[in-house]
Amino acid sequence: MVVQALMDQGVDVVFGYPGGAVLPIYDEIFQQNSIRHVLVRHEQGAVHAAEGYARSTGKPGVVLVTSGPGATNAVTGITDALMDSIPLVVLTGQVPTFMIGTDAFQEADTVGITRPCTKHNWLVKDTDALAGTLHEAFHVATSGRPGPVLIDIPKDVQFATGTYIAPQKARTSHYQPRVKGDMEAITQLVAAIETAKKPIFYTGGGVINSGPAAAQLLRELVDATGAPITSTLMGLGAYPASGKAWMGMLGMHGLYEANMAMHDCDLLIAIGARFDDRITGRLDAFSPDSIKAHIDIDPSSINKVIKTDIPIVGDVGHVLEDILKVWKARGRKTDKAGLAEWWDRIEDWRKVDCLKFSQTGNVIRPQHALSRLEALTRERDRYVCTEVGQHQMWAAQFMGFEAPNRWMTSGGLGTMGYGFPASIGVQMAHPEALVINVAGEASWLMNMQELGTAAQYRLPVKQFILNNERLGMVRQWQELLHGERYSHSWSESLPDFVKLAEAFGAKGIKCSDPADLDDAIMEMLDHDGPVVFDCLVEKHENCFPMIPSGEPHNNMLLGEASTHDAIREGGAVLV
Amino acid sequence: MSALNIEKGSTKHSAYNLRPQFSDVQETHTLAVTVDNEPGVLARVIGLFSGRGYNIDSLTVAEVDHTGHTSRITIVTTGTPQVIEQIKAQLGRIVPVHDVHDLSVEGPSVERELALFKVVCQGDKRVEALRLADIFRANVVDSTLASFVFEITGTPDKIDAFANLMRPLGLAEVARTGVAALSRGE
Repeated sequence: MVVQALMDQGVDVVFGYPGGAVLPIYDEIFQQNSIRHVLVRHEQGAVHAAEGYARSTGKPGVVLVTSGPGATNAVTGITDALMDSIPLVVLTGQVPTFMIGTDAFQEADTVGITRPCTKHNWLVKDTDALAGTLHEAFHVATSGRPGPVLIDIPKDVQFATGTYIAPQKARTSHYQPRVKGDMEAITQLVAAIETAKKPIFYTGGGVINSGPAAAQLLRELVDATGAPITSTLMGLGAYPASGKAWMGMLGMHGLYEANMAMHDCDLLIAIGARFDDRITGRLDAFSPDSIKAHIDIDPSSINKVIKTDIPIVGDVGHVLEDILKVWKARGRKTDKAGLAEWWDRIEDWRKVDCLKFSQTGNVIRPQHALSRLEALTRERDRYVCTEVGQHQMWAAQFMGFEAPNRWMTSGGLGTMGYGFPASIGVQMAHPEALVINVAGEASWLMNMQELGTAAQYRLPVKQFILNNERLGMVRQWQELLHGERYSHSWSESLPDFVKLAEAFGAKGIKCSDPADLDDAIMEMLDHDGPVVFDCLVEKHENCFPMIPSGEPHNNMLLGEASTHDAIREGGAVLV
Repeated sequence: MSALNIEKGSTKHSAYNLRPQFSDVQETHTLAVTVDNEPGVLARVIGLFSGRGYNIDSLTVAEVDHTGHTSRITIVTTGTPQVIEQIKAQLGRIVPVHDVHDLSVEGPSVERELALFKVVCQGDKRVEALRLADIFRANVVDSTLASFVFEITGTPDKIDAFANLMRPLGLAEVARTGVAALSRGE
């Protein structure tokens, strides 16, 4: 019945790991051919792979794991999906209903453990309710603000036969989030756009979650109004990096021009973004002179950290459509003179060239490695995942994304170990595409067991590891905040990544000389199979620009010279 | 911009001129939440409050519609206006929550709480306890030669006042239900 429901929901891939309490479902999977099952090497990997699948297709990712440790291992991935609003349906086995509460073998209170880290979860004790719950789960995961849901299915419920209900006949859910925005607020926003002298679009992952049509409407609105646009880490690709209004990412490691424009703007239009602390910096100094409009499908995002002047609750796609309609009907007005002056200022900020670096000497600088990777792959059908840390920020800075759903990264939770399994999920969804995971050696080791999965399914994922033998971001913070006392941020006893790859039947490439870099990258791209690329880079490189904790947007560190005493005492307690 | 008559959210001054964005006045609100009567729904609500650091002054819950499987949760909570708004929005986000009403702002409402008081006393104190109970319209629901159990309903303030009077007379135990509330009118 479970497999039937998954088929009817259009599922083609399930990521999972079997165990005692899910054997009946695995037996069903064995007896069919329409759903592919990907056997991961650790349940956390299954969830991240499903996230990668979901993020790159817009469809919900499906995970199947067993009770107890299977479920608890999945918790990190589920929390990651909740923070980044990724639709997942996680199925967990449970001990039989009559054994629940007896501390049975591999029993855990899965529903209790995952209650705060799912959008919703269910323990199904009645086989007749199973089909309806499965359909409801897909509805909840994908509607409104997407998120992970979990269904805990006791083993006796899996064995029992019940009545199956097709999705069309299932009871309609009372969970129907509002998608259309309030027209009065939309008109207010249009009026503000018409008169703004220094407008800015600040967009986030919500645009991507709303679907490709929303990204298209965003492009139309931005290009028609001529206002600059910046985006959060999660929103990269919604507006093309080659677009003329693009300013690059904003936030703690965002671009100078984007942050300065956020600080000085007079109209801030937040679309599907949630004013995360990595974005806002110091709250009482955040964009002090602007009217703030906020479009979000989740009412709890509005006024959560930043007071909004024009709140619009609704789906980004629907609201953007209405904004365009109203703006066109009112005569497509903007303050052209004001905008021209605004762009002049932005051009001045751009001249600072905040990402500049020089590749000299015989050690590869990480920025250079990513610039070369970008240059050699940008014309391809490419998907990029990352782990978490300095390399993630450099990838966001130095790689350009032209379309949504092409960039998979762990934003909200910041989960080291996300990228490798996510790249497996992406490659499963897009078998012909080039899938690269930009990684740091420490993050990558956290889920390196998935090399077995990549090898088993012959997934040609490219693991591009910027190896500085350090927890680079931790090291950077220790340098800036903790008197250069590098407590446990040194990766001692690293493996030989080439041999490690070969041990799993994958290809390993090591590169340490800038002169060899292009050839080595090409070798990686040309290999038809999984590759682990060990790129030895400068060990003490810091990631700039940086807004130190507790500081406003217009107080950025641009390079090594500016770091002395950059963080005040108050900022040191912030993360 | 002024033509729009939009109240601005933050300070117009320098980045270093601090001003709190949100008011820090603490307010007490009574929220009525209709939920599906399903396992774990109360844990979701309580988990939201503990997980996000909100206060619960009082919480009552019971099924109110047996055929529709809905329960009503009445929560009294304290926080700044911004926190109260967040609580309402976060409650509204819980999937089995049907609606959230803030009885403190949506017009007049009635609030009642039931309490049981065990008072252990003898002699004059016994007479005084009965006399006060009469004034507060509390009923005697159990009696021994050395104790009473009073039942009282009313607003939380009234119950507090009764408790304060009973304390010197030999108040031994108190059980309170928490607040149930409904809006006035149709």
